[in-house]
Amino acid sequence: MSYTLIFLALLMGAIVWWLIKQTINVTPWVAHPATDSVRDEGVRSPVTAKPLSNMKLGLAVFLAVATSLFALFISAYSIRMEYPDWRPLTEPTLLWINTGILVLSSIFLQRAWNAAKQNEVQAVWRGVALGGACAVAFIIGQLAAWDQLTSSGYLVADNPANGFFYVLTGVHALHLMGGLVALSRSVSRLWRRQDMESIRLGVELCAVYWHYLLVVWLILFALLLTT
Amino acid sequence: MSETAHDAVDFAPPAEVGEMELYHAKTWIGKYVWSQDAKVIAVQYAITAIGIGLVALVLSVMMRLQLGFPHAFSFIDPSSYLQFVTMHGMIMVIYLLTALFLGGFGNYLIPLMVGARDMVFPYLNMVSYWVYLAAVLILVASFFVPGGPTGAGWTLYPPQAISPGTPGIDGGIILMLVSLALFIIGFTMGGLNYVVTVLQARTRGMSLMRLPLTVWGILTATVLALLAFPALFVSAIMMLLDRLIGTSFFMPAMVTLGEQTAYDGGSPVLFQHLFWFFGHPEVYIVALPAFGIVSDLLSTHARKAIFGYRMMVWAIVAIGGLSFIVWAHHMYVSGMNPYFGFFFATTTLIIAVPTALKVYNWVLTLWRGNIRLNVPMLFAIGFVFTFINGGLTGLFLGNVTVDLPLSDTYFVVAHFHMVMAVSPVLVIFGAIYHWYPKITGRMLDDGLGKIHFWVTFLGTYAIYYPMHYLGFEGIPRRYFAYGDTAFMSESAQDLNTAITIAAIIVAFAQLFFLYNLVISYFRGKKAGGNPWEATTLEWQTPDTPPKHGNFGPELPSVYRWAYDYGVPGAEKDYIPQNVSPSDLKNSSGQ
Repeated sequence: MSYTLIFLALLMGAIVWWLIKQTINVTPWVAHPATDSVRDEGVRSPVTAKPLSNMKLGLAVFLAVATSLFALFISAYSIRMEYPDWRPLTEPTLLWINTGILVLSSIFLQRAWNAAKQNEVQAVWRGVALGGACAVAFIIGQLAAWDQLTSSGYLVADNPANGFFYVLTGVHALHLMGGLVALSRSVSRLWRRQDMESIRLGVELCAVYWHYLLVVWLILFALLLTT
Repeated sequence: MSETAHDAVDFAPPAEVGEMELYHAKTWIGKYVWSQDAKVIAVQYAITAIGIGLVALVLSVMMRLQLGFPHAFSFIDPSSYLQFVTMHGMIMVIYLLTALFLGGFGNYLIPLMVGARDMVFPYLNMVSYWVYLAAVLILVASFFVPGGPTGAGWTLYPPQAISPGTPGIDGGIILMLVSLALFIIGFTMGGLNYVVTVLQARTRGMSLMRLPLTVWGILTATVLALLAFPALFVSAIMMLLDRLIGTSFFMPAMVTLGEQTAYDGGSPVLFQHLFWFFGHPEVYIVALPAFGIVSDLLSTHARKAIFGYRMMVWAIVAIGGLSFIVWAHHMYVSGMNPYFGFFFATTTLIIAVPTALKVYNWVLTLWRGNIRLNVPMLFAIGFVFTFINGGLTGLFLGNVTVDLPLSDTYFVVAHFHMVMAVSPVLVIFGAIYHWYPKITGRMLDDGLGKIHFWVTFLGTYAIYYPMHYLGFEGIPRRYFAYGDTAFMSESAQDLNTAITIAAIIVAFAQLFFLYNLVISYFRGKKAGGNPWEATTLEWQTPDTPPKHGNFGPELPSVYRWAYDYGVPGAEKDYIPQNVSPSDLKNSSGQ
């Protein structure tokens, strides 16, 4: 469970540090006008600055949950690996290509986000379309990798290493599919030519999520390759 | 805090907290069925949770019938007994307590208490409830599939849970795991809402340290749940794969019913680690909202500020943090490295420090308070008693050497029922008596409430106190029947019979409560906006019950914490959070 505990320790550290900033030296029993406390406390930025959007914070919380999930899978993997029946499988080379595609996907979405900041609708379209296409290609590539493995005799129930390979890649791909649903909402916003503000937010959230899933994939891939 | 302007002009510029765009449903179905209003969703959650909880209550009575009067009832055989045990535990812990505290009270109280119009993601909130309902329905469906629900114990330990011979191996265990996975997905949607709403949608002046402790409890519990439920999700998915497609994540090679299974090399202990990595925070997911709510009940009905507010907040956070590093104290008998036991015993006993701190603060809040012994207060004080009693046995079981002989005996059953079943349930009752007037606009009947309290409170002691003695005698839990066992004294069976009679009486006492809920809705005394003379924002709404959007055209501004009771020099013995210092001066005619 050490991987999960490391993640939790970091997260708890951040939460506690933030809480101390909010709560130390505060005298809640003293009544005073509302403005002071809003300016000094809470996650919202000072009155004059732009407040943090609910969606962004929501995504951040969700990423913490997803990290907890992946960290637990990795913990389970590393505990199960110690048992004598573990026989590592040889990862298909196709995974390298898939990894490249996922990196491209992330890059395209980053470019879409940059374009959204500059209000260049055409470039947003291009980035979102290419990024989405690459994500779909990645998922198809992962399925093809599954197909290669099963046809070369690495069945899911044969060995825990195989089982974990399918589970980890599957869970990651499912998260990416969830991201595609969110991305399709951004596309529909673009289609209906909604205001740039909401498009920018949608694309930004997708891009951040894509980068997150890329990092998760790189960690999982490294884990699968080295063990 | 550079300046604290006590008497400064309390002019507050227009609200910086953006107004929410609310979805206003046009039809009755949109308002009350597919509702996006957190208050309606809260009631939906509460009714569903209480409904399924009643099923679990009936199951516990069935178990007690067999234990109290062995073999007297032909419809209880060993398999169905194990199924009753399993489903009782699972339903009570997850589908009742977790759902009711976070989905029910969380949804109702968070927006009202922080001064928001609604949750920040109302649509997601609605989906959260419907996914929860689907999880409950799948769970109920498992009673009707061939073979019935799973009988593996609520911990679902492999290999037993998915080995031939365990009840519910065909469909029950599959539906159980699917239902759990769905519950977690639904909860995650709700949990995102609770966290983001508390952090983002607080009204003007509602700083973190002015939040009522109820919100702190629910917020911290939600964070714990968001981080811990994935562990249950991981174990549910992997066990589902073991069961359905024959992987060997958890299933070791074994011979069962004379045949070698296809499984090979899996690790049951891995499951235990994952399960308890969720399972121990789960205890606090249930307890922390109860801690928060009980703090507010005690303070309100003792007309006295909560003692040590900041300490209480930090104790909640500390308990939450520590709860992640104590999980293996559920596994002292699993054969793990003895040094692990040493470590986990230490962390477990450390949790007693912030917890004891909270208990002292509750008692000190009552000290010289102007106590109003109404029904919510009775339940709150009952909670403090029960929690202390249950918590003390936790100190016994936290020590490895004491736990080993007591493990899997009725001592454990007594401990966790006192500390995480009866205690939170007392708070739930207290909270319902406290907030029912706000939810429906009518008071619950006082006489019925007092009968309900005394029978439940004393009855639970009649049930669980004797179980400690049974545990000391070494009587194992989860057994269908004991037969002629040398170590059991003859009086043990008498004790079991007495416990069963008490359990039946307590179960029937809940009918008073249900009757009260229904009859008061129609005939109860009109409550008015603030029947308890409380300070928190939910009692200051223009309408009771609050309309969609909670507050009037403008959101309230908050000038003080939630515990201004008995302030010297004030006209009344309470000052609501949205009363400014200058309003106070004007009204007292200075």
